[in-house]
Amino acid sequence: MRTLLSGNEAIARGAYEYGVKVATGYPGTPSSEILENVARYREIYSEWSANEKVAMDAAIGASYAGRRSMTTMKQVGLNVASDSLFYAVYTGIRGGLLVVTADDPGMFSSQNEQDNRHYARFAKLPLLEPSDSQEAKDFVGAGLDLSEQWDTPVLLRTVMRIAHSASPVELRERAFDDSVPPRHWLREPRKLVSTAMWARERHPVVEARLKDLAAFANTYSLNRIEWNSRRFGIVTSGVVYHYAREVFPDASFLRLGMTYPLPAGLIREFAQGVDTVLIIEELDPFLEEQIKAMGIVCRGKDVFPACGELTPAVIESAAAAAGLRPRPTAQGSLRPAVPNLPVRSPVLCPGCPHRSTFYLLNKKKRVVVAGDIGCYNLGALPPFNATDTMGSMGASIGVAHGFDIAGLPDPFVAVIGDSTFFHAGIPPLVNIVHNNGKSTVVILDNHTTAMTGHQDHPGLGVKLGGEPAGKVDIETLVRASGVNHVAKVSAFEVKEVERALDEAIAFDGPSVVIVDGPCVFTDTPPSGTYAVNPIACNGCALCFRMGCPAIIRSATLDAKTGRHLAEIDAVLCVGCDMCAQICPRDAIFAVPS
Amino acid sequence: MDAVNFLFTGVGGQGTVLAGDITAAVGLAAGYDVKKSDILGLAVRGGAVVGHVRWGRQVHSPIVPEGCVDFMLAFELLEGLRWLHQVREGGTVLINEQEIHPVTVSSGHAMYPTGDAVEQVLRASPCRVHRIPALKMAQTLGNTRTLNVVLLGALSTLLPVAREIWEQVLGERIPVRYRDLNLRAFHEGRAHLGRDLTPCGSS
Repeated sequence: MRTLLSGNEAIARGAYEYGVKVATGYPGTPSSEILENVARYREIYSEWSANEKVAMDAAIGASYAGRRSMTTMKQVGLNVASDSLFYAVYTGIRGGLLVVTADDPGMFSSQNEQDNRHYARFAKLPLLEPSDSQEAKDFVGAGLDLSEQWDTPVLLRTVMRIAHSASPVELRERAFDDSVPPRHWLREPRKLVSTAMWARERHPVVEARLKDLAAFANTYSLNRIEWNSRRFGIVTSGVVYHYAREVFPDASFLRLGMTYPLPAGLIREFAQGVDTVLIIEELDPFLEEQIKAMGIVCRGKDVFPACGELTPAVIESAAAAAGLRPRPTAQGSLRPAVPNLPVRSPVLCPGCPHRSTFYLLNKKKRVVVAGDIGCYNLGALPPFNATDTMGSMGASIGVAHGFDIAGLPDPFVAVIGDSTFFHAGIPPLVNIVHNNGKSTVVILDNHTTAMTGHQDHPGLGVKLGGEPAGKVDIETLVRASGVNHVAKVSAFEVKEVERALDEAIAFDGPSVVIVDGPCVFTDTPPSGTYAVNPIACNGCALCFRMGCPAIIRSATLDAKTGRHLAEIDAVLCVGCDMCAQICPRDAIFAVPS
Repeated sequence: MDAVNFLFTGVGGQGTVLAGDITAAVGLAAGYDVKKSDILGLAVRGGAVVGHVRWGRQVHSPIVPEGCVDFMLAFELLEGLRWLHQVREGGTVLINEQEIHPVTVSSGHAMYPTGDAVEQVLRASPCRVHRIPALKMAQTLGNTRTLNVVLLGALSTLLPVAREIWEQVLGERIPVRYRDLNLRAFHEGRAHLGRDLTPCGSS
C-alpha cells in the first residue's frame, strides 16, 4: 500500500517493519516526530528518556540483551550521547542498533548547523543518508542488517528537508516474530567491558572492520552510479541528490547511500568516466576532503557554500558564479520581494506561564540572565530582551556558576525549564551546592516539554504512549540536593514571582525559585477573556512589555497624552490575568462570560 | 501531467500544514508523484510558516524552485505579501482576508501594511489574485479552524482533479467528529470561488 509519509514517519514505519523492539530518544527538532509515531506500534517499547545519553545507553543495553534497538535525537543531541556512541563501537552489539541523528542545515530550530557526518569518521561506524522518505524507511532495515552483520552500531543521518518533507512510501508488514522472548545473558566481559586491558584488544578489531566495510562499500547496493552526460560527474548524498538532479538534469551521478566508509574503488571508477568531478554536499567538505585524499581531482566548497541549505537556487547560482553553467535561467519570474514588511518571529503564546519571569527579568535590567533551551528562548527577544547567554541544554546553571566563581559583580540568575532541568540541570545544581556556590536558579515548571511538541519528561505522571508513569518532584529533588533556600510560586502571580526572585538573588548561598504554571497546551484548557477600560487606560504601554500577542495598540488615542490606548483581542486572550496585575491604572478587567 | 507547485503561507497554528497534507494526498490519489516540505518547530509559536507541495510526473526537490509557484494559499494578508514574489507570472493567489498583527506591530514598533497598500501590491502583481473571506466563512460555519478547508475548496475548483478525490482525502484526513463540518466548509469554498469569477488582480 502506497502512502505519503514524512521522513520521520517513514523512519518510525521502518522501525515497525524491520523488527525494532526498543526505541528511545529525547525530543529535538527535527527528530521528535519519529518516536511520537513509533509510540503508535504496540510491538515496540518506546520512551522519552531523560536525555540523549540515557537514551543511547538504554538502546545499547537493549541491544546487548538481544533486541533490535533504535535511538533518535537532533544533531546537538548526539553531542550529549556521543560518550556512549564511542564505547558501543568498540564493544560491538547483539541486537541491531540504529542511531538516528536529525541534522538542521539552515538552523530552522537549532543553535548551530554542525555536520554530524563527522561522528561516523570520528567514532568509526557506518553512516547511512536517505534521500527521501522511501529510503528513510528502507535504510532502517539496511542499517539494522549492517549493524548485525558487522557487529557495530550504525548511524542514520537525516536533515530537516528529509525529516519534515514527505514523499510516497510503499508500506510492508512487520517481518518479525514478536513472541520470541530475549535469551538469558551470555557473559562476554572481554568484549563488553571496556577496561583498558580488554579495550586495547578491541581497537584493532574496529580498524579491521572499517577496512573491510570500505571494501564492501564498493559493491553495496545503496551506492550506485547513474551514468549520463560525461561532462559533469556529481558525487552527492541525501536530499542534495534531488536538488542537484534539478540543477544538472543531464549530469552523471554517484549517489551515495552509505557515506562512511567511502567506496574508494567506486569513486575512482566514477571519476575516470567524467570530465569534471563535482562534490555537492551541504555544510562541511566531509566527502570532498576524503575524496581529495584519494588523489582524485574534484571541486566542491570552492564552488558551493558551507553555510545553510544547498537548495536548488543556491546550487544554481553558485554553479553559475563558478562558470559551471549559464546564468540561472529565468525558469520562474524572479521579481523582487515586497519591501519592508514587518518581521513575524515566534512569540510566547497568550497565557504562557513563562511571561511573568521574563517581564520581571526585563524590569530588573541589571540582572545578568544565563538562559537555557526551550520555548523560553523567546525571553531573549523583544519586548523582554532579558536573556544574556544561551548555548546548550543545562548550560544556564553551569554558566551562572562560572559567573559566581569568577566574581562577576553584577547580580545574576540561571533560567531553565523543567524538562531541560531533568535533561542536564541536575549535575550543575549539585555542583553549586558542593562547591559552595551562591547562584540563583529559576526553574520554569510548565509541566511539559513544550518547545518540541509537549512531550513528557520525568516530572510528569504519564509517559510516551499515554501510560501512567512514575513522577519525580522537582522541589523534593532540589531540597535533597542540599539547596536550603527553595521557593515555589505560581507563575500567574506576578508579585509573588517578583518577591521570590528578589529574595533568592539576595540570599547568600545557593537558591532555587520554581515558577510553577501549566503550559497553555497542557490538559487544563484556559478560558475567559479580558478587556481594557478606555477611560482608565492612558496609553502608558506598560502592558505591551508583557509581549502578549493578545495585547494590541488601539486606534483610539488618549485625550490628554495623545498616546495610543491598549486593546485586548478577545479571540487570542485566554484570561491568564498577568496584564491586569501589572496595569498601574487597573484599566484591565476580566470580561464576565 | 505537467508539474504543479503549491505554497502554503500563514501564521503558526492556522492549519497550513494540514492544508498541505491534504493537497499532497490529493495529488498522490490523482496519480501524480508528490513531494511536500514543511517548517515544523518553534517557528510555529505564532511565527511565519511556509509549506511547499509539488505534484509532477517525477518530483525531485521537495522545495518549489524560486519564482515557480503556480498556486499560493495565503492564510493571512501579510504572509501573502511576504511570499508574493515567488508566484510565477500568471500564477494564482488565494488570500484569506485576515490580519494577524505580529507583536512588533501590535506593540507599535512596526507598521502593518495599510488596506490600500495591500490592494495596490496585489493589483500590481502579474498573478491572478482572489481575496477570500475564508475566516468569516469559517466563523459562520461555527468553527474558525475550518478556514484551511474553505481555502482548499476554492483551490479545488482551479485544478484538474475530480471533486470526489478531494472529498475522499478529506474523509481520510479529518477526524470523524469534524468530517461533516469540514465537507461543508470545502463546498462553501468551492461555491465561493464559483461565484467570485472576477479576480481582483490584473492578469
